Amino acid sequence: MDGCYIGIDLGSTTTKAVIIDSDERVLGRGITNSRSNYELACQIAREEAEIDARFITLSQHLEQSRSVCEQREELMANLSSYYGLAHYLRQLKALSDDCLGARERWLCSEDEAEKICDALSFIFSEMEKDAPNEFQPEKLSQSDFFRDLASSAYMRHAERVCTERSLSFGRMIGLFDGAILRVENQSFAGDFEDYLEFARLKTLDDPRFATFGDPISTSVAATLNKTFNVINTVGTGYGRLTLPFDKQQIRSEILCHGLGAHFMFPKTRTVLDIGGQDTKAIQIDEKGIVTAFQMNDRCAAGCGRYLGYIADEMNMGVHQLGPMAMQSSKTVKINSTCTVFAGAELRERLALGEKREDILAGLHRAIILRAMSLLARSGGVMSEFTFTGGVAKNEAATSALKTLVIENYGDVTINISHDSIYTGAIGAALFAKRDPRGVMADLEISKLKVKKKAPQKMAGMASVAT
Amino acid sequence: MNIQVDIQKEDSMLIQKQMIAGHFEKLSKAKENNKKVVYTFVPGNLNELIRAFDMLPVHPEVNALQSGMRKMSGGYIQEAEKTGHSEDVCTYVKCDIGMMKKGNIGPTGLPLPKPDLLLLSYTGCFTFLKWFELLKQEYDCPIVMLQAPYQAEGEITPEMRDYVTKQLEEVVVPALEDVSGKKLDRDRLKELLESSARAEELLVDIWNSAKNKPSPIDAYFGGVFYIGPIFTAFRGLPECEDYYRILKAEVDYRVANKLGPVTPEGELNQQKYRIVIEGPPNWTSFRDFWKIFADEGVVMVASTYTKVGGLYENGFRHDPQRPLESLGEYCLGCYTNHSLPARVEILQNYIEDFEADGFLINSIKSCNSFSAGQLLMMREIEKKTGRAGGFIESDLVDPRYFSAANIKNRLESYFQMIEAKRVGA
Repeated sequence: MDGCYIGIDLGSTTTKAVIIDSDERVLGRGITNSRSNYELACQIAREEAEIDARFITLSQHLEQSRSVCEQREELMANLSSYYGLAHYLRQLKALSDDCLGARERWLCSEDEAEKICDALSFIFSEMEKDAPNEFQPEKLSQSDFFRDLASSAYMRHAERVCTERSLSFGRMIGLFDGAILRVENQSFAGDFEDYLEFARLKTLDDPRFATFGDPISTSVAATLNKTFNVINTVGTGYGRLTLPFDKQQIRSEILCHGLGAHFMFPKTRTVLDIGGQDTKAIQIDEKGIVTAFQMNDRCAAGCGRYLGYIADEMNMGVHQLGPMAMQSSKTVKINSTCTVFAGAELRERLALGEKREDILAGLHRAIILRAMSLLARSGGVMSEFTFTGGVAKNEAATSALKTLVIENYGDVTINISHDSIYTGAIGAALFAKRDPRGVMADLEISKLKVKKKAPQKMAGMASVAT
Repeated sequence: MNIQVDIQKEDSMLIQKQMIAGHFEKLSKAKENNKKVVYTFVPGNLNELIRAFDMLPVHPEVNALQSGMRKMSGGYIQEAEKTGHSEDVCTYVKCDIGMMKKGNIGPTGLPLPKPDLLLLSYTGCFTFLKWFELLKQEYDCPIVMLQAPYQAEGEITPEMRDYVTKQLEEVVVPALEDVSGKKLDRDRLKELLESSARAEELLVDIWNSAKNKPSPIDAYFGGVFYIGPIFTAFRGLPECEDYYRILKAEVDYRVANKLGPVTPEGELNQQKYRIVIEGPPNWTSFRDFWKIFADEGVVMVASTYTKVGGLYENGFRHDPQRPLESLGEYCLGCYTNHSLPARVEILQNYIEDFEADGFLINSIKSCNSFSAGQLLMMREIEKKTGRAGGFIESDLVDPRYFSAANIKNRLESYFQMIEAKRVGA
């Protein structure tokens, strides 16, 4: 295939990768949670982007098949969810092995260890049973990250098992915490072929798709044959300096978000990016070149992590905050200057009887008020405006932003894309392609790709997926 | 194990170090040598007048920045906070007060003498007034405050000049006479002013040398480290002139040989970006701060902070023919006494005259004199020059307010922004 270019945005919360071709078309996008091993986070994000690109190829091939044509979307959704299930089960197996394999380090009596072993085996077997339900094509996954999916399922079962069997819940959580750190620092994408084969077989078991054997097999083969001739890679984001990137292959996230937003919405002149730990207000020109910017300084109150902290305080998932805040019917003012104080204020408000949804709406507004100050300092919103970063996925945040931007700057065009979280990575990929210095080299991390293991039996899958 | 790192230094750097050490030595022995001591500030300082009475100047904000560079300011600031000074008070003040509370041992380790007079010759910084009020309580010595009207209309009017000259004649000189027990020796003052004017010529040439490519000096880091400081405490003295002759010769040599300035990272000959900078530097991480720029191939071609001790590029010189009048003009002309439009014009001229790629503002958390209005100035300068403006925030001598990773992140983005503008992508 033609050459392609990769942009990797190593953020404080998530790591994103985007692959583009020489015509600057996006081939694939990948995302994973950032972790202590930055190299691996980049590798996994890149692998995810490659898988996404392969699935797009698969979809394009299926589109060419007349017999599939009308059911293509449904078929793709099935293939994707079975693929996701296979991948999840492989990781779950590794997690289970890790947890049980640490038995000799448990420092407890043989009887106690036996009880824990039994409990763990039971929990993991329950998690395996639950898995197919989590990966139903029609079910929107709340989070794609293995850590989130596994921990939520593990907690659910562990709580019950510990009560029933008089085991320490804290101990069971401790075992999980240690194992998940080790497991998430491994890549499981090397078995892509196995997962896809599993997805193909499972899909063909479905009577709706039983007649599509040939087109699916041809398309899967084409997908597997797809190669990525990476000409250049550029890294950006909070963790970029910790990577083995050549200096020429590093771009500031401000430049990448500016160029990425310009690519997605060419008339953009002002960009607001709210990431995990910083908020950036960026002014760009008609080519996407940054002309001015402002970032939060000294304090990261009002960034994505603020929401994470609040979610923890309320014992909710971050992704649940926005939808709950959208149900608000009353304005509650919350201070925006300090994350920890906001947590204290939250408890105070709850004690006073305020509704959770109203408090959450106030918190979202507080975040946006801080961003408004940075926007003003960077030069304001004069023309088309684009909101990027992880927080742009949050409905309550975008709603508060739209209100405040229109209140302050009038009726300007406000762009928010579903792919806003990839804006920085897209910008980085564009820089990789436009490399002004002509440095053309692939990233070191490409060499770190895990060796493909000998195909293992997809243990457990056959039984649980039927 | 101690690892000795050889840092390249020029003669001027070594000489200035000796001169400053010598000054602190003299201060430590001031009382036994019957020398009177005047505490005064750098902006609008009346060094020639103080020296004409054979008195020694102490600059509290220089002590604070020196303490900052020697990693002592953090403890002093906490000491001052114990006595009730808020977190938001100017950290030069808190560092000085803390140093005083801990025995008034100066940055070189020698004791500092108590003041015989507190002479405030620039009232544009409100903090200075309060600072000396605090010192007055502590030392119970005479205090004189010379009011320098703000250049609100962007110029020094004859009335302003007369008003300041009259204060010098009627308040400041008599106070100095009282404390020193001597009448003002007007001939001595003229001599000192003549010497100052000669040194000022040399200094302007040195600042202007940054118009060369590569620039032989770093007009900010080098400016505050070894080019500027001598000027304040020694202006008017022969050793000051000698120093600037040596420095000028070094700079001329660098220009002739197309050499860049000496930085802690070595000679900066490959200069990728020429930047004009507004605002004081961070002192507690001075070397790390400089390194961020040197590593990126950035040379500072002009700065405003180095002009708080005097703006000379527009032709002002101390004038022995009009001694008190020209001292009055000097007090009125310090950089922060200029209006915001005038400061915009000064920066705009620097950017154009020194062919800078952009300008940067280091906004100081606890310095209102500098920081108020800086964002507005930035927008104006961007509009007028079309050059890229950058904005970072830190503090003078409070180590808690320097976040290297954040500053580095912003600066890298800023330099890449300049680069992207250059290549158009």
